[in-house]
Amino acid sequence: MEILIISIIKSLALIVILLTGFAYLTYYERKLLARFHVRLGPNRAGPRGLLQPIADAVKAIFKEEIVPDHVDKPVYLLAPALALIPALVAFAVIPVAPAMTLFGRTIDFAVADINVALLYVVAITSVGTYGVILGGWSSNNNYSLLGALRTASQMISYELPLGILLAAIVLSTNIGREMGTLSLHEIVLQDRPWWLWLWLWLAFPVFFIGVLAESNRSPFDLPETENELIAGFQIEYGGIKFALFFMAEYIHMITGSALMATLFFGGWRGPFVVPGTWHGALIGFGWLFIKILALLFLFIWVRASVPRVRYDQLLHFCWKFLTPLSIAYLVITAVIVVFAG
Amino acid sequence: MVLDYLPLLILFIIAAGFAAIAIILPTVLGPRNPNKMKQEPIESGMIPFMQAWRRFPVQYYMVAMLFIIFDIEVIFFYPWAVVLGKLKLFGLIEMAIFLGILLIGYFYVWRKGAFEWQ
Repeated sequence: MEILIISIIKSLALIVILLTGFAYLTYYERKLLARFHVRLGPNRAGPRGLLQPIADAVKAIFKEEIVPDHVDKPVYLLAPALALIPALVAFAVIPVAPAMTLFGRTIDFAVADINVALLYVVAITSVGTYGVILGGWSSNNNYSLLGALRTASQMISYELPLGILLAAIVLSTNIGREMGTLSLHEIVLQDRPWWLWLWLWLAFPVFFIGVLAESNRSPFDLPETENELIAGFQIEYGGIKFALFFMAEYIHMITGSALMATLFFGGWRGPFVVPGTWHGALIGFGWLFIKILALLFLFIWVRASVPRVRYDQLLHFCWKFLTPLSIAYLVITAVIVVFAG
Repeated sequence: MVLDYLPLLILFIIAAGFAAIAIILPTVLGPRNPNKMKQEPIESGMIPFMQAWRRFPVQYYMVAMLFIIFDIEVIFFYPWAVVLGKLKLFGLIEMAIFLGILLIGYFYVWRKGAFEWQ
C-alpha cells in the first residue's frame, strides 16, 4: 500500500514537472532563437513574456475542435496520445538527485529504480514512433503520409547507431567493477578513471546527432519540413491535439538531454553534493538541471545555425557513416574493457 | 523484483489519463461550427483530387527491413556488454565472430545498393 501511494505521488510530480518543463522549454527556445536572430522574442504576456506558455496553453484548450471527414477517426484521435504517453513515461528511470534519508526513511529521486533502465528508455522512446506514423497515416493527406513515412525511416535508422553506442557505454561500466550494469542509478555512481571520461566524450557528438534525429529536431526535422510538407505528419491536427504532438517532441528533448547528462556528464554528480542529505539532494538536482539546460541550449543553437539536410543525405549519413563509426567505437571499447578493465 | 515495475505501471496509467483528458476536454470547451471547407484535407489551397492511402515508394520498406535485421543484432550486444568484464578474452573472440558475420551482411547490402536513395 505504501509503495502505491509513493508511486502515485512520484508519478504526479514527474508529470507536472515534465509538463512545466515543456511549457518553459518552448519559452526558452523562442527567447533564444530570437536572440540568435537579433529580435526580442515573446515579451507581452507577463514580465519579460514569462506568462506566454500559459497563454498558449489556454488558447490551445479553447480552440475549435476539428475532426476532418476524410480521416480514420479512431486512429486519428489515438495518435496524439500514443505520441505523448511514451514521452511522459520514458523519464521515469532517470535519477534526478542522490537518494536522501529523511525521518528515518530513504527517498529515491526516480519514479522507478529498475535494473534494466537503459533498455527501458530505448524501448519506450521507440514506441513514440507509432504516434507519429499513425497520426500521419490516419490523416489521409498526401503531405502527412509523406511526413509519416519519412519519420518512420528516419527514426528507425538513427536508432541503430544510438543502440550500438549505448551498448558501448554499458561495456564501459565493466571498468572498475565486477560486472557491467544497465541501471542508470549505478551508472551515475560508477567511478570512472579520467581516461574513460575522455573516451566516452569522444562518442558524445555522434550520440548527440542521433538524439537530434530521434527527436525530429532541426537539422533533421524532415518529418515536418515547413516548406515542402507544410507541417508533415501533424498537418491535419489543430488545437490541443497538435499541442500534444508538440509536447511529445519537446519532452523527448528533455528526456534525451537528461539521458545524455546522466551517461556522459555524471548526472546529478558535481561539487558540493553530499549523498544522503537533503541539501545534497537539492544541489544534486541543481547540477542535473544546469546540465540539462546546457544540452537544451545546444539543441536550440544547432537549430539556429545549421540548415536542414536533404533526405537522401540523412539516410546515407546514418547508414554509411554513423553506423560503421559506432561499430568501430564498440569494438575499441570492448578491447579496452578486456585489456585495461 | 516485479514490484520494481509497479511504479512504471502507475505512471503509465496516470499519463494515459492525462492524454485522454487532454483529447476529450476541448470537445466540451471549444466552439463548434464545422463547414465543408474546414473538413477538407489541407493541400495549400489546391482542391484535393485523390486519396492519400495508396502505394508509396519501396525504399521505405527497404529501410524498415534493414532496420529489423540490424536492430535485432544490436539487442544481442546488451547481455554480452554486461558480462564482458567476466568473460574477458573469450567473450571478445566470441563477439568478434558474431560481429564478423554481421559485417559481411552489412557490406553485402552496401554493395547491393540498399543504402542508395533515389
